Amino acid sequence: MAILEAQHLEKHFGSTQVLKDISFSLNQGEALSIIGSSGSGKTTLLRCLNFLEKPDSGTIRVRDELLFDADDPSTQLESEIRKKRLHFGLVFQSFNLFPQYTALQNVTLARELIAKERGGESREEILAAGEALLEQMGLADRAGHYPHQLSGGQQQRVAIARALAMQPDILCFDEPTSALDPELTGEVLRVIRNLAEQKTTMIIVTHEMAFARDVADEVIFMDDGVIVEQGPSKEVIDNPQEERTRQFLSRYSET
Amino acid sequence: MFWNVTLTLAKGFAASAQIFFLTLLFALPLGLVVAFGSMSKWRPLRYLCNLVVWIIRGTPLMLQLIAFFYIPGILGHNVWGGGDAGRMTATVVAFSINYACYFSVIYRGGIQGVPVGQREAGQVLGMTRRQIFFRITLLQMVKRIVPPMSNEIITLVKDTSLARIIAVYELTFTGYSFMKSSGLVWPLFYTAVFYLFFVGVLTILFNYIERRLDYFR
Repeated sequence: MAILEAQHLEKHFGSTQVLKDISFSLNQGEALSIIGSSGSGKTTLLRCLNFLEKPDSGTIRVRDELLFDADDPSTQLESEIRKKRLHFGLVFQSFNLFPQYTALQNVTLARELIAKERGGESREEILAAGEALLEQMGLADRAGHYPHQLSGGQQQRVAIARALAMQPDILCFDEPTSALDPELTGEVLRVIRNLAEQKTTMIIVTHEMAFARDVADEVIFMDDGVIVEQGPSKEVIDNPQEERTRQFLSRYSET
Repeated sequence: MFWNVTLTLAKGFAASAQIFFLTLLFALPLGLVVAFGSMSKWRPLRYLCNLVVWIIRGTPLMLQLIAFFYIPGILGHNVWGGGDAGRMTATVVAFSINYACYFSVIYRGGIQGVPVGQREAGQVLGMTRRQIFFRITLLQMVKRIVPPMSNEIITLVKDTSLARIIAVYELTFTGYSFMKSSGLVWPLFYTAVFYLFFVGVLTILFNYIERRLDYFR
């Protein structure tokens, strides 16, 4: 069953159209990779799903619930958007950890605020959950460290734990290893691979082709704001059908 | 004689300190309001705030003091009431508005200096605007603005001496009046010791705050 359904998404920045009639769906427990060159609209698509950008047209559904319809302003109320965002988690390219909080506080802050608002979990439960997440990320001994005391790879893993703490339906990654030194990408990719093995529903924008091929179930190749090709990851990457996809992938195999 | 002068100057110092603390009390939050106004998406509010900041920063504080104190009376409605209390009130109002405008520019720089990614990270975690400001942006902004704010606040200590233009018995005026009453020059220069002491304490305080905020980057 499709957990996410995006239909006919379009987005303009001024006179440039960055997304052109984007439609795709994602099944529960699957990992979807979005590949494509810089400026192809991958990041904008993720930002639309997380309501950081507002699409000019199109709809977004999660579990058959209409979250966003560009033609229906009642789906765009600020107070509603905030709750709808929680269906999605987003891990940023540049981590964006809160520098004044420890790793553990980064993970627990938003969940504590939600619990305060809605009732439910106690502080102790949230702290325990946060510690468990950091442990899952291999960072149990870093809980009390501040972001600037952590390496890039560690910071990104804290950011993943922070996103997971909100228990999103769909976890999105925006080039999670692009800001990292090459020797640090492995530890982050390993964590994402583990999440895929646990059947976490994910969308991963990445330039790591081998990783996309191995870890993702499906791949979308985007170019110039359109989905050029879409299919099972091994098929698309090993045996692309479209000329543009072939050209794009050949640039990777050369290096 | 020396003790006599010291005691009298201490009274002037108390008035200066009163202007100083009351101005901070009102200007620190008011500056934040003006800062938000000048960053508002609603154009009329943004223009209004920028206009006020331009006028206040573009004219001497001394002139503003005179205007605030005398113009209501000239217009036939003296809102300050008589006596020293009225003069003090007018001074604090003029100082608060003046300093709020300077603070607002520093605040705005501090807020805009916090990377957009911080706000977006809060948004995708389902935080409200208010939570994002108070839990994420504010402390990062404070850290950024401590050095420029300490400059302004130290300037404020000495700007209190401008209040003598509307006959508020603050420190400088008190020192100066010894010249007229007893022909003594040294008390005026002695006031420097009070200012230096005050600024010294503030400097220690600001260094302490900077050190306290040193735990993150």
